[in-house]
Amino acid sequence: MDRTNSLRNGPDEHGRFGIYGGRFVAETLMPLILDLEHEYRAAKQDPAYAAQLKHLATHYTGRPSPLYFAERLTEHLGGAKVWFKREELNHTGSHKINNCLGQILLAKRMGKTRVIAETGAGQHGVATATVCAKFDLPCTIFMGATDVERQMPNVLRMRMLGAEVRPVTAGAGTLKDAMNEALRDWVTNVDSTYYLIGTAAGPHPYPEMVRDFQSVIGTELKEQFREAEGKLPDAVVACVGGGSNAIGTFHAFLDDPDVALYGAEAGGHGIETENGHAASMTGGRPGVLHGNRTYLLQDRDGQIIEGHSISAGLDYPGVGPEHSFLHDTRRVIYAPITDNEALEAFQLCTRMEGIIPALESAHGLAQVMKLAPSMDKDQSVVLCLSGRGDKDVESVGKYLGLLK
Amino acid sequence: MDTRIDRRFAELKAQNRPALAAYVMSGDPDLATSQAILNALPEAGADIIELGLPFSDPMADGVAIQMGAQRALQAGQTLPGVLGMVEEFRRKDDTTPIVLMGYYNPIYIFGVERFIAAAKQAGIDGLIIVDLPAEEDDELCIPALEAGLNFIRLTTPTTDDKRLPTVLANTSGFVYYVSMTGITGGAIKSRGAVGEAVQRIKAHTELPVIVGFGIKTADDAAEIGKHADGIAVGTVLVNAVATSLEDGKATDKTVGAVRDLVAELAGGLKRARV
Repeated sequence: MDRTNSLRNGPDEHGRFGIYGGRFVAETLMPLILDLEHEYRAAKQDPAYAAQLKHLATHYTGRPSPLYFAERLTEHLGGAKVWFKREELNHTGSHKINNCLGQILLAKRMGKTRVIAETGAGQHGVATATVCAKFDLPCTIFMGATDVERQMPNVLRMRMLGAEVRPVTAGAGTLKDAMNEALRDWVTNVDSTYYLIGTAAGPHPYPEMVRDFQSVIGTELKEQFREAEGKLPDAVVACVGGGSNAIGTFHAFLDDPDVALYGAEAGGHGIETENGHAASMTGGRPGVLHGNRTYLLQDRDGQIIEGHSISAGLDYPGVGPEHSFLHDTRRVIYAPITDNEALEAFQLCTRMEGIIPALESAHGLAQVMKLAPSMDKDQSVVLCLSGRGDKDVESVGKYLGLLK
Repeated sequence: MDTRIDRRFAELKAQNRPALAAYVMSGDPDLATSQAILNALPEAGADIIELGLPFSDPMADGVAIQMGAQRALQAGQTLPGVLGMVEEFRRKDDTTPIVLMGYYNPIYIFGVERFIAAAKQAGIDGLIIVDLPAEEDDELCIPALEAGLNFIRLTTPTTDDKRLPTVLANTSGFVYYVSMTGITGGAIKSRGAVGEAVQRIKAHTELPVIVGFGIKTADDAAEIGKHADGIAVGTVLVNAVATSLEDGKATDKTVGAVRDLVAELAGGLKRARV
């Protein structure tokens, strides 16, 4: 197949998607990420590695995840058919396990004896703690102190799985600060430690690697939809924080121009509110942080702004570099969804479909709610329902005044 | 290329004396006090000044330098502000080299070309940009070298013999050996290993080698100074600022605290070559 003009060729040998990506790390880490890239290339060529990953996906994660027709929501919105790609039914309750299994097998191949990870909502932390329990590796999870508070159920899960959860108090105590702290730990413990990054961001080869592990979402979706409807969907939607579920969902469709792709960013209190959102593409500009060049929330001097989102998983001032590239090329439309819109979608999905979505995924659903009514009834829009909302019931309950 | 850094190392070599490179965070704890600290460094015994460019997310630094950066940012420090401080310093001192040390994003946002011109104009001699490894040399290193600024690279215990030539290829001025894998403010595990590492680097380059990370006392300075062309101290100086503050504000002890500590470390370093 001629892929000269394909949007799926990235990254180049320097880890760039257009001008985005790269390897902006301290020298201490440079030999490690070169080594990781080398090991990843070798694993990709190894049929045994692929077979092991496939086996785990089937028997441990429960893949393929179903493609579900949301009948009542479709009726309610009165336009396009609404479908969910049910990643929330995976073991551990989100898409994060897809990436963790791929990386833990790499860590084992590399002979690493300890794993660290950052987490926002705790979904990646739980998935990491899970695979570390299964593969018998000690693990430390860095989590912002604010997030520890608002995602307590996941903190307890991680601890029960045997992980050490280290609350990070620097900054606003959210995902960005957790990532800084994880990088500091990694720089200090280079020999023993594998850094299991949870999103499609960070220095090359992480954005590529995480995307590859998550691409199973879009590949399955494409096949399942063809089986159900005999064609491609008209629109595909996913929420974007760092952007791992989104890039995993979009990647299979990048070269299908008839499929419209939408990424829902965290609009927080509204994009016009200074420091009140976490929509790095709609409200930020390109800069360099955490090993890559990408769209960032920053002030005029290049200092990083904390941002805000009701969803801990989207509360990050950056985004994966491939999304920045897809934003510039306009292949994907990124749009902000406010806290209130996400809360409304959360409740609608819960009441009408009996599915409690993660607040992150509820952002995607809010985008679907904007799109579907204006589309024809014979058209279809598919949402990647990336995670389940059990972790959010307490904080949503507080917002809605259900808790005294 | 003949820069203030090259000239300073030539002088030190003639005097058989290792260099003391003193790191302070520009703008910490406030702009005026920081200027006074900077101005006092040469007389206190600093041969080279490493001036911190504050960044909100200093991933390779420990908590001390991170707090220093936060104080500086709260005090309103910016990249143009840092350049202004250097310009002011240069009114009285045209020989002490100043190396700007920090992270790439504030420079990237300011604009690389514009930054290089402004840095030259202000009297900055070299750059240490923590998150620009050799793989990203096209970003800033090459244009800076072409403009006559030194680009000083960090080498670490993970930089093996195979990688050293890559790291040293576009390095100039001096080589900064990070004595341990870790963030600033940690402790050196083995002083002997530092000497070996310096020799390993020297087998690949004619450039002077300065050792940093983990040097806290005059004794450390005397010991590490035996094995290298110089030492770099940072965290202890930023801590000296921090402990001199009252309610987060500078006191009449602040400038003196840094000056005295630099003098003490310079004294220790003198013992290195006895």
